Amino acid sequence: MAAITTQDLVKEYPGGVRAVDGLSITIEDGEFFALLGPSGCGKTTLLRTIAGLEVATEGRLSIGDRDVTDLPPGERRVAMVFQDYALFPHMTVADNIAYPLRIQKVARGPRLATAAEVGDDLSLHGLMERRPGQLSGGQQQRVALARAVASKPTVFLFDEPLSNLDARLRLEARTFLKQLQRDLGVTTVFVTHDQAEALALADRIAIMRDGKIQQIGGPRDVFSRPADTFVAGFVGSTPMNLHSAVVRGDSVEIGGARVPLPTSAAGAVADGQDVVWGARPEYLQWSSTAVDGALEGEVTILENLGASVLVTVEAGGVLIQFVVDEDEEPAVGSRGWVVARPARTLLFDAATKGLVGSSPLPSPAPLP
Amino acid sequence: MTTTSDTTPMQHSDSVAFVRAALGRIGRYVFIGFVIVFFALPVLWLVTAPFDRAPALRLTVPEFTLQNFRVLLDNPFALRSLGNSVIISLITMAIVLVLASLAAYALSRVHVPGRDLLLYSLLLLSSIVTGTAAMVPIFVLITELRLMDTYLAVVLVMAGGLLPAAIFILKDFMDNTPRSYEESARVYGASSMQILRHVVVPIARPGLATIAVWSVVQVWGNFLIPFILLRSTDKFPAAVIMFTFYTEGGQPNLALISAFSLFFSIPVVLLYVFVNRRYGFRFYGGIKS
Repeated sequence: MAAITTQDLVKEYPGGVRAVDGLSITIEDGEFFALLGPSGCGKTTLLRTIAGLEVATEGRLSIGDRDVTDLPPGERRVAMVFQDYALFPHMTVADNIAYPLRIQKVARGPRLATAAEVGDDLSLHGLMERRPGQLSGGQQQRVALARAVASKPTVFLFDEPLSNLDARLRLEARTFLKQLQRDLGVTTVFVTHDQAEALALADRIAIMRDGKIQQIGGPRDVFSRPADTFVAGFVGSTPMNLHSAVVRGDSVEIGGARVPLPTSAAGAVADGQDVVWGARPEYLQWSSTAVDGALEGEVTILENLGASVLVTVEAGGVLIQFVVDEDEEPAVGSRGWVVARPARTLLFDAATKGLVGSSPLPSPAPLP
Repeated sequence: MTTTSDTTPMQHSDSVAFVRAALGRIGRYVFIGFVIVFFALPVLWLVTAPFDRAPALRLTVPEFTLQNFRVLLDNPFALRSLGNSVIISLITMAIVLVLASLAAYALSRVHVPGRDLLLYSLLLLSSIVTGTAAMVPIFVLITELRLMDTYLAVVLVMAGGLLPAAIFILKDFMDNTPRSYEESARVYGASSMQILRHVVVPIARPGLATIAVWSVVQVWGNFLIPFILLRSTDKFPAAVIMFTFYTEGGQPNLALISAFSLFFSIPVVLLYVFVNRRYGFRFYGGIKS
């Protein structure tokens, strides 16, 4: 088992595109670490650089206490699961799982025994003689995981491991993956563009944009204390309400109405300062009677989310979304008040887009 | 269509359409029949003439005999030439397979500037190399290299001519192998040659089988190159030896030629059947990506 440390890591492609732009991060031993970001943010390149499939342009990379920057992939003792699983179509499941051992020159008997053992652990019993083409997506994914496990790596690297599964199977596989990582305790880095997946699986998440890290923190951290408006908008199943506002003493003025100053920003802003006010739809409440310090508006759109409803309200020229329970669904066209709790709202600097006056939650591992 | 007067012209136009369709169909079948006869006649001749007491350049019900094969076996060069053909075509196939798969893999994976132009011009030139146009320079070249009248000369020229097309076809197969297969093997420590052996070649196997059969057939049937580059009758491959089958009177020895033609075509047919059984010109079901 091993920690992964990068130091000013740069991956520049011919033509000057910096897919990874001077990253210095530490992924702790045994940690389940997510690289999250929109497509083209460099998260897959970072993963491939850790694997050795891409050669770092600058900077150093260590796995455990070994500097692996200049080592070929095969000597880094990492296992990678690809998005398409990359199972060899001409080999049986058993041969696929045993392939890393074949490269390590383990004799056929012992390596098939290991494959059978690992396959049993990942409930592949009875499928060992099939070819990948005869398996379902979920089974293929487990074969790919089994092959990674069989190689006894110090680090697992998963490239969008769940994206090829259908929605229902994905939830199942997610739980399975987390359980597997807990049981093995192997340092795991996985890449995803799905914030829900990152929040559900990871111990810590790095949110990337344009080759740089916007924020590193635990799921709770990045959800409730996003470092900037980009993270705030990217994390969360319904996008955070972000509106330009002006600080007015103890309150914040949005579209003519006033809401209380978020507690996290108290003392960190000056009167009259331009800010961006942020509130998650899940944290806002709806009242049909007048409330002080609330935004009055008219319901324009209802979107059913199953057990809850996403309501869009137009309040003084701004659109605000919030989530209510299915029993409290307001009628379209009705008027009411959107109540924001000071403890659950945030202010961002209008110019830098950074979180204002944050007292970040204590994170499990401090930033390097 | 409510009145009876309407139905008569309707029936009339119906019957015209029917006759037209029937005539069209008859015409089509007659045409197909001609095409079939055109292609079937030589094959029928090939199957019947060797067993005919007096084979001629026409199709008859044979007066059954095996005498023609007797004559063939008595000819000192006939069977030997088949052996020569086997040697030349197998060596050429081996060279083409090994070099083409290595080159195709490299061209498919490494980005070389002007790669496509290189491939296309090689493909274009290859038809010249094995064609008639370049025969004089090739003759001179082989003479200068003192390779005249050797199998090596034939094998080199044939392989050189076949390689571009083989590389072109195989590169396509290798392009269609997802990179992640190889990267996955690399992460587990496989070397480039191991990746080629364990992953790329097995996946490209239908393509390799196609190339193997194709190069054997090309060499097997090629007349011009061995005819020009070989001098001794005992080195001639089958395609060339047929040229020497004349009677004392200067007439083509049809008994010998017909029997030999049958022998000449059987290996190619067997090769197709064998390769199709063993390797199959088919693809493995991959993973959707």
